[in-house]
Amino acid sequence: MQGFIYPNEYELYWGLLIVVYPYVTGLVAGAFILASLERVFNVKEVQPTYRLALLTALAFLLVAPLPLLAHLGHPFRSYEIFLTPNRQSAMAMFGFVYAWYLMVVLLLEIWFDYRKDLVLWYRSETGWRRWVHYALTLGATDLSEKSLKFDDKMGRWITIIGIPSAFLLHGYVGFIFGSVKANPWWSSVLMPVVFLFSAIVSGIALVLIIYMIASMLRWKPVDMRCADKLAVFLFYAMVVDVSLEMLDFIHRLYESEESIGILTQLIQSRLFISLVVLQLVLGALIPLTLLGLTSPALSKEPIFKVPDELRRLIYLGSAILVQIGIFSIRWNVVMGGQLFSKSLRGLTVYRVELFGLEGLFMTMALLALPFVILWVLVKVLPPWTEDEAHLPQPGAGTDERPSATLP
Amino acid sequence: MMSTDVPDAAGSPAAEESKPFDRREFLKKCGLAVPIVLGVVRVPLLEAQAPSNGDYDPSEHLYGMGIDVNKCIGCGQCVLACKTENDVPLDSHHFNTWIERYVIRTDEEVEVDSPNGGLDGFPPMASEGSEIRRTFFVPKLCNHCAEAPCVQVCPVGATFTTEDGAVLVDDEYCIGCRYCIQACPYGARWLHPETHVAAKCTFCYHRLVDGLVPACVEVCPTGARLFGELEGRATPLARFMRFNDLQVLKPHLNTKPKVYYANLDGEVR
Amino acid sequence: MVRQPAKPMVRLPEFRSHKLPQQVPRLAAVFVLAAVALIAARSFLVPDTFGEMGHYRAAAIDTIIAHPKKYAGQRECTLCHGSIMEERLAGNHRGLACEGCHGPAAGHVANPVEVKPVIPSERDHCPRCHSYNPSRPTGFAQIDPVTHNPLMPCVTCHDPHAPEPPMVPGSCSACHGQIASQKAVSHHATLECVTCHEAPDEHKISPRAVRPGKPMERAFCGGCHAEDAESPQSIPRINPRTHNQQYLCWQCHYPHFPETS
Repeated sequence: MQGFIYPNEYELYWGLLIVVYPYVTGLVAGAFILASLERVFNVKEVQPTYRLALLTALAFLLVAPLPLLAHLGHPFRSYEIFLTPNRQSAMAMFGFVYAWYLMVVLLLEIWFDYRKDLVLWYRSETGWRRWVHYALTLGATDLSEKSLKFDDKMGRWITIIGIPSAFLLHGYVGFIFGSVKANPWWSSVLMPVVFLFSAIVSGIALVLIIYMIASMLRWKPVDMRCADKLAVFLFYAMVVDVSLEMLDFIHRLYESEESIGILTQLIQSRLFISLVVLQLVLGALIPLTLLGLTSPALSKEPIFKVPDELRRLIYLGSAILVQIGIFSIRWNVVMGGQLFSKSLRGLTVYRVELFGLEGLFMTMALLALPFVILWVLVKVLPPWTEDEAHLPQPGAGTDERPSATLP
Repeated sequence: MMSTDVPDAAGSPAAEESKPFDRREFLKKCGLAVPIVLGVVRVPLLEAQAPSNGDYDPSEHLYGMGIDVNKCIGCGQCVLACKTENDVPLDSHHFNTWIERYVIRTDEEVEVDSPNGGLDGFPPMASEGSEIRRTFFVPKLCNHCAEAPCVQVCPVGATFTTEDGAVLVDDEYCIGCRYCIQACPYGARWLHPETHVAAKCTFCYHRLVDGLVPACVEVCPTGARLFGELEGRATPLARFMRFNDLQVLKPHLNTKPKVYYANLDGEVR
Repeated sequence: MVRQPAKPMVRLPEFRSHKLPQQVPRLAAVFVLAAVALIAARSFLVPDTFGEMGHYRAAAIDTIIAHPKKYAGQRECTLCHGSIMEERLAGNHRGLACEGCHGPAAGHVANPVEVKPVIPSERDHCPRCHSYNPSRPTGFAQIDPVTHNPLMPCVTCHDPHAPEPPMVPGSCSACHGQIASQKAVSHHATLECVTCHEAPDEHKISPRAVRPGKPMERAFCGGCHAEDAESPQSIPRINPRTHNQQYLCWQCHYPHFPETS
């Protein structure tokens, strides 16, 4: 502790779990926006990742409310958010934005996209799989041309609704922080926009990682056209994201409001590693340089021509660095906003606990859980087209995926 | 130092049942009831309103508090009384009200401290800086804002503003998300370590409805805290508001506090 | 995304196609089910009194009001302890509440015989308010507990219900108590008010209409503080011709509590 903090500020009320929450929803929104690229904007190159991105979004979306739930003082009262939402509260809208996105957008889109396959699987399979797939069709087994056309049309429409919905989902998370006028570190009109673009960055990077590692595990070649395209998108999204962050930073510095003194201290001491080193240098500048030089982002031909194997490695490394950077952004927003006193006269410290509902292990578990769910989803709804007989045995490497992407 | 023990019998139903006690009976026995009635002895300043007879109507009231910084001696009686009255944990990180000490030195260095919230008073200043230019105590508490950010952000309606202007928390409905704590610019809210719900100053709402003032106001020895009606009545608070230049904390946030400070220094926030 | 079916696709008979695609009623059923479940849950789970007065549970107020009081309030004390109360209200502790010193007494009110409030008699009780602290407002009665009659309980000399400062306020300090007590601990303690102020008798009758005078010449203070003044050597000196000539002395210095350095 340093300087003066209000006595009630000794405890930090939002901990690690609240860092995880915007990180995870960001991945959802980003992965979905990537998926919609293929569908709405017809970017054929990223088509191999379309279904994978949808399933990734679903796996993470299912986990998204868990950190919130585990963090609540009374998790069993959480249903009140649906029953008596306070319409003035940014947080009360969580239930509705989440339900809308899960039920109306993501599940419907996946359902319409998979329905034909579900029916075919159900017809060709035996045992429990048959029944699982039948249940998932909801009994809608009509595969007439008209019916399939309807699926396609609906899928398209839902994606079109889905893009603003994904913007809403994560922009809204940014709004939860950006609208707290009591907190000069959070209170910024740019917050939802910065959240949104960092979400797109993290989502693209995540799908890139999962696609590459999944291909490796399946002994399939990585489609370099697809990987290049993803890298290019990642680069562009990062340019916008970093520019917005810089705009926010410069704007604060130039306005030099009452809070500038304590915020400068905050960055220089408490946030130096997580903001300057991790978020800015490791999470943004290095990947930007790597991608800019080796991917075909700045011109049709990359500036440095590197062999495919090395390029894959660079992409994977950059994407992992980006994940570290984005997690740091979430950390810097959530923890940064609580490490200084609202009296603007002092700084406090965050003590990470290991065990317990809000501890480090819980956090790790919550970050690993989406990969487990994704593994199950991939088993039930295979996103790739070859026969399952050719698949390598699952398991083995699958469980190690989380640690590869966790910052 | 006075004892903080609260006798067990304090209004607990069990005690009342086991030993039924009639105060009037006791007074008769003592033979004291005859000469001393309320009218004879003047009880100054310390009534929120005329004693009610159980039919309290919140729509007839709007409460606020006045704090004269020049009168606060930093004794910490208010902090102690508040913790006792409202069962606030006695540790040093949970306060409904607390006192800050400001020391402004001639080189414009500002030191603020609030050891244990001021509960045990203030030890002599340890640090040696340049000469002191101004120094004073500032009592802090929930401002019961008319535009309370904490009420705005509560997702479920577990915190609310009553008709008479108090901002309260529903312990049985709060989900413990702590958004209200983040939204409060004054650091007036905290999470109760045992019940896991948001907690805060209630203006001693349970006392108000009986015509009593909040515990902190009751025990303040110098009259630095005044409590009463904000609207139109001739009350000590109304007089205080007429005769002082008033300020509220962090007015730029437009929370419209109902705790008014007189003689507040610009360094206070 | 073209998947080769393992078996030849079985075409559904044409007559089974509805006007609406088959997906619509199936999905609609799921959504209706979810909506019905939500509405049903709402009617069961929303508390009865929610929304009666605003967006909250009105019954919560009853719970809050039911919180037991620990401090009974002065009104209750008056009922039995009227004479002490009257004594206190006439003295310098008139603003204090009984329970400020005697502690929360709701228990005593409920059961006066068995529950007794505390009577603080230790020497560390009074200094809570009256020990010297520079942050305390000037004029508030303060002592240094180390040097002020050590080891003697405060009540030996002072009646806590009607405490008196060592001297009864004189004619000036009766109204200007704050200035008087401040001056009393300053280097000007020995100076009478009238040494510096002309105070016509009418001032005591109509204090605002007839005001006392203030020294309007630098030479007045110079009588003691000028380099060549005939006054004790320990008094700080200045050269009136070079020392900030444009100001009267009290525009920078506060004579009731002059700077020590």
